[in-house]
Amino acid sequence: MGKVDKIQPQVRPEYEVTDVAAAQFGEVQRPLSAFERIWNVTGVRRFVVVASLAIAWELYARYLDNALMFPPFSEVVEAFYLAFAKGPLFGRMLTTLQVLLIGYGCGLALAAVFTTLAVSTRFGNDLLSTLTAMFNPLPAIALLPLALLWFGLGIPSLVFVIVHSVLWAVALNTHTGFKSVSDTLRMAGQNYGLTGVRYVMAILIPAAFPSILAGLKIGWAFAWRTLIAAELVFGVSARSGGLGWYIFENRNLLETANVFAGLLTVIVIGLFVEGVIFRAIEARTVRRWGMQR
Amino acid sequence: MAEPLLQVDGVTLQYKTTEHLVTATWRVSFAVERGDRFVLLGPSGCGKSTLLKGVAGFMQPVEGRIALNGREVKAPGPDRMMVFQEFDQLLPWKTVHQNVMFPMLCAGKWSRAQAAERARDFIAKVNLSKFIDVYPHMLSGGMKQRVAIARAMAMEPDILLMDEPYAALDALTRRKMQEELLELWDDVRFTVLFVTHSIEEAIVVGSRILVLSPHPGRVKAELNCHQFDHTAQGGAEFQALQRRIHDMLFAEAVEPVEADAHG
Ligand SMILES: Nc1ncnc2c1ncn2[C@@H]1O[C@H](COP(=O)(O)OP(=O)(O)OP(=O)(O)O)[C@@H](O)[C@H]1O
Ligand SMILES: [Mg+2]
Repeated sequence: MGKVDKIQPQVRPEYEVTDVAAAQFGEVQRPLSAFERIWNVTGVRRFVVVASLAIAWELYARYLDNALMFPPFSEVVEAFYLAFAKGPLFGRMLTTLQVLLIGYGCGLALAAVFTTLAVSTRFGNDLLSTLTAMFNPLPAIALLPLALLWFGLGIPSLVFVIVHSVLWAVALNTHTGFKSVSDTLRMAGQNYGLTGVRYVMAILIPAAFPSILAGLKIGWAFAWRTLIAAELVFGVSARSGGLGWYIFENRNLLETANVFAGLLTVIVIGLFVEGVIFRAIEARTVRRWGMQR
Repeated sequence: MAEPLLQVDGVTLQYKTTEHLVTATWRVSFAVERGDRFVLLGPSGCGKSTLLKGVAGFMQPVEGRIALNGREVKAPGPDRMMVFQEFDQLLPWKTVHQNVMFPMLCAGKWSRAQAAERARDFIAKVNLSKFIDVYPHMLSGGMKQRVAIARAMAMEPDILLMDEPYAALDALTRRKMQEELLELWDDVRFTVLFVTHSIEEAIVVGSRILVLSPHPGRVKAELNCHQFDHTAQGGAEFQALQRRIHDMLFAEAVEPVEADAHG
């Protein structure tokens, strides 16, 4: 048998540090430089991204020099301003937002009903699981022909497809959130003597809030996309169309700058809701509570 | 004599999973009197937490009866406040102050102003006044347990249920918290049912110890230990009791060696 060398701990001299001069620490604390501080603001960094994109767009469009296909950024901004100030864009936007809010609201209300059923009874649980499995993968826009058949050309059809796109995403997320609330928190809540609605409101909803918020965000994005797509497909309702119709109309008129202005409106509203409203809710809730980074 | 505060009578608790029926405790009986620091001691998995859940009302016994003040325990309630083993028992969306206040408001025994005042007092008792407006995610594990203790004690429950509240702490912090608990007890004189698997902790914290045998949990002995605190730790009597409980708990596992020694 060969001799195996085992690693032994090396014995080294001991020492104790008696005093550490405070001056030798170097940088313990120093204020950040002005640039570092500005660069730490998320808004500033995002603005830089958007500004760079706008500049790239402008340069490329000028190089292409074909306003019909790809108008430069400055022209789009101008069209945007004109369409808003003098043209119909503002009214179209309001129409779209109105339909959107109705649909989103109905979707959330129905999602609340379904999740309440699902958390309170086993049958409700099976019902929701099966329905979400069936309908969540179905693109809302695929239901549009059916909706038109049932509700005719108008707001009810739009609301129907929006509800479909919101309901399952929100219900699925909320339900998952409820199910993953830890046993300890549940028991703590019951220990306080909370039952029924009070228990759900005071314990389950806040504990599941990160998932609920995620559901609300996804639902909003789905609703927004579905609505614009639906408007593009079937265009004008009885009185005046929405943003989708505005885009479609201007494409037919070959007013490409206006098409971009319409798209820009969609983007700006999306950014506003995501970046301002949802961010504010997040900062005040899940982030402050340390439930999300 | 008047009836005891908590009477546990031949209680069998079982878990039903999809595949198994697990008997966690089998016909356990004991009585807790007012002012007791009653310790449930036993090896891991012997059903201590389960027993506590039974007393708290989260689980119903399949056999036997649990009664608090003579009334049978049927559901969880604020007269038995629980301090859990886990660190995530505080509501993350409430500050320390709100966490301690909230159950008092739920119970409806105190006005908002009274609850706020009491919460402040009890947070001071567990030495966390500096952190009163902080959210739980910014506290260390030991601090969270202290908040949970303050929250439970502020409710003035008939009995305080503590499930290995210090098990996950380092030795130094644990010792400090044990001392703190004993000081608090000296001050407030509450009744506590304390679960642990550390013999030493049981002797130091408890006034009476119920020793449970391993799976399924059955009563092995009920011992007095009110005379010991941290200062007695090195003493001969303390060590003798420690030895006695140790032998009791590990009798089965160590038997062959013991038989040899005695034979
Ligand atoms: N939710 C559950 N479902 C099924 N069996 C369980 C469940 N919880 C605990 N048990 C079983 O019940 C027995 C007792 O568990 P319990 O949690 O009461 O032990 P314990 O004494 O508290 O242990 P520890 O000191 O490790 O916390 C164990 O054998 C465990 O496997
Ligand atoms: Mg346990």
